[in-house]
Amino acid sequence: MRIATIIKQVPDSNAPIRVSASGNGIETAGLKMVVDPFDEFGVELAVQLREKRNDVAEIVVFTLGPDKASEAIRTALAMGADRAVHVNDESLVTFDEVYAAAVLASAIRTEGDFDLVLCGKYNIDLDAGALGPAVAEYLGWPHVGAVTALDIEPDGRALVARRRIEGAEEVIAGSTPAVLTIEKGLVEPRYPSLPNLMKAKKKPVAVKKAADLPGLEGLRPALTLESMSPPPPRPACKFIEGEPAQMARELVRLLREEAKAI
Amino acid sequence: MSENILVVIEQREGKVLPASFQLFSVARSLAGASGGRVDACILGPEAASLTDAVAAYQPGRIFTVGSAELRHYRAMPFTGAICAAVDSARPDILLLINSSLGRDVAPRVAARKRAALAMDCTVLTTEGDKLVAATTNYAGKTLARYGLAKDCLSIATVRANAYSAPEPAPGHAAEVQAVAFEPGDAEKRITVKEVVQTGSGIKDVTEADIIVSGGRALKSQEAFEKVIFPLAQALDGAVGASRAACDAGYQPHSRQVGLTGKVVTPVLYIACGIDGAIQHLAGMRGSKVIVAINTKKEAPIFAVATYGCVADLFALVPALTEEVRKLREG
Repeated sequence: MRIATIIKQVPDSNAPIRVSASGNGIETAGLKMVVDPFDEFGVELAVQLREKRNDVAEIVVFTLGPDKASEAIRTALAMGADRAVHVNDESLVTFDEVYAAAVLASAIRTEGDFDLVLCGKYNIDLDAGALGPAVAEYLGWPHVGAVTALDIEPDGRALVARRRIEGAEEVIAGSTPAVLTIEKGLVEPRYPSLPNLMKAKKKPVAVKKAADLPGLEGLRPALTLESMSPPPPRPACKFIEGEPAQMARELVRLLREEAKAI
Repeated sequence: MSENILVVIEQREGKVLPASFQLFSVARSLAGASGGRVDACILGPEAASLTDAVAAYQPGRIFTVGSAELRHYRAMPFTGAICAAVDSARPDILLLINSSLGRDVAPRVAARKRAALAMDCTVLTTEGDKLVAATTNYAGKTLARYGLAKDCLSIATVRANAYSAPEPAPGHAAEVQAVAFEPGDAEKRITVKEVVQTGSGIKDVTEADIIVSGGRALKSQEAFEKVIFPLAQALDGAVGASRAACDAGYQPHSRQVGLTGKVVTPVLYIACGIDGAIQHLAGMRGSKVIVAINTKKEAPIFAVATYGCVADLFALVPALTEEVRKLREG
């Protein structure tokens, strides 16, 4: 079994996010960058599958990002992936996840046949979640979105996955090859040890440019950032005073008459 | 140039997802300016039985894709079905709700149709003949406006409750067209074996208009059941919980609201005994109206709250439940 995992380097969720002066993105200087936590679940799942089974021949990490993304690659390699493909080409940088999916699907295809492609259910920078399903479409494979539990039969083909939808949980039966996007709770990512971080430096990383990726002819980003701004400040909180009974009465009145929320 | 719009009406077992109707408000505002047409499509074996309910929102045409293979959502058959509806309706803009289904299928439709896609949109406008989508990035810490390329189909998933549904006009008739579609064998490789209802009768946080959430201050599962659940029931809402409350075992993680739980955007969010950690705020700051109940006036939750009560939740929440009951009964 060969597993591809897609990762993206994103700002740490606790890092302060500031819109750049030009309004065409965020201020990245000094920003702490990490492997997207949902993508990290995918890497962890791949490594756990290898630990549990004896048929995982290779785990390959794919990322689309600038030079700095090599730090994220190293983390994933230190977690246990074998090698990486780093698509590093300024002409491919985009906010359009559907285009990014075409790029990554092409990179995956050029590395031979995989049985599973794993990635996060969304990335915490764009909060969009279009990448995984679109990669599956470009590969012509089925996908299961936001997986919370997974069993793969010993034959490496049949799989059973669970996913949560509004008010219910679905039990999905399927088979590889497939794309799975991973929800929190499926696995707990390990911290790479220092020796493993050192070893990761020696693992192969192939750098690819647009010209190395077939099948992108006629495709282009169809979504462009017009502007980015800080969210408008919420109006200041209106504090309600009084004893609990008075407070409750006033709050219900405001919710009904002013906010029209009940 | 007029913009023709197709909205995807989502249904499960013959029940329309109410948020789907909100798409008609978006569609009318986009089509209205340009004199475009608004059509709807319904997917699933129950589609034909829902045309009257959908017609009340006055689409020009309703496209039904009634294949029995569409009983449960599966990405590949639904991608094919939506693409078939698009081929029949030939819209300039396709709208879906950003539900578990909408955000799962829209990227595949976009890839297949070489379309421009914007996800989880809060406002959609046209500038010239280009669709412009507003959304939030970085867990609500930035607001972004994206332009969708105009030489291809535009697809947008719209955040639930970003728009309110228009008033239905029962009795309105629409032209109904059945679209023939059957998925191929290769598209049926994934099947839904079972759908397990969760939450035992209480609404799920992702589908409720009102959420009453409790934090660590509740101190026990019993307190949740005695204090939080009655208010949620009185408001016909859902029960949510902070990560701290879920980690402590007071509520299952399926009710966890926050960046690492569920991101919610209800009309009303009532936070009881929740201080407001960054990861919690990221999961609920998109709510329209936020009520914070906390004994600590300096708690970060008050920075995002519309209304604040510096009070002991064990005294205030039951009083609030009583007031809501009086209102609902009176």
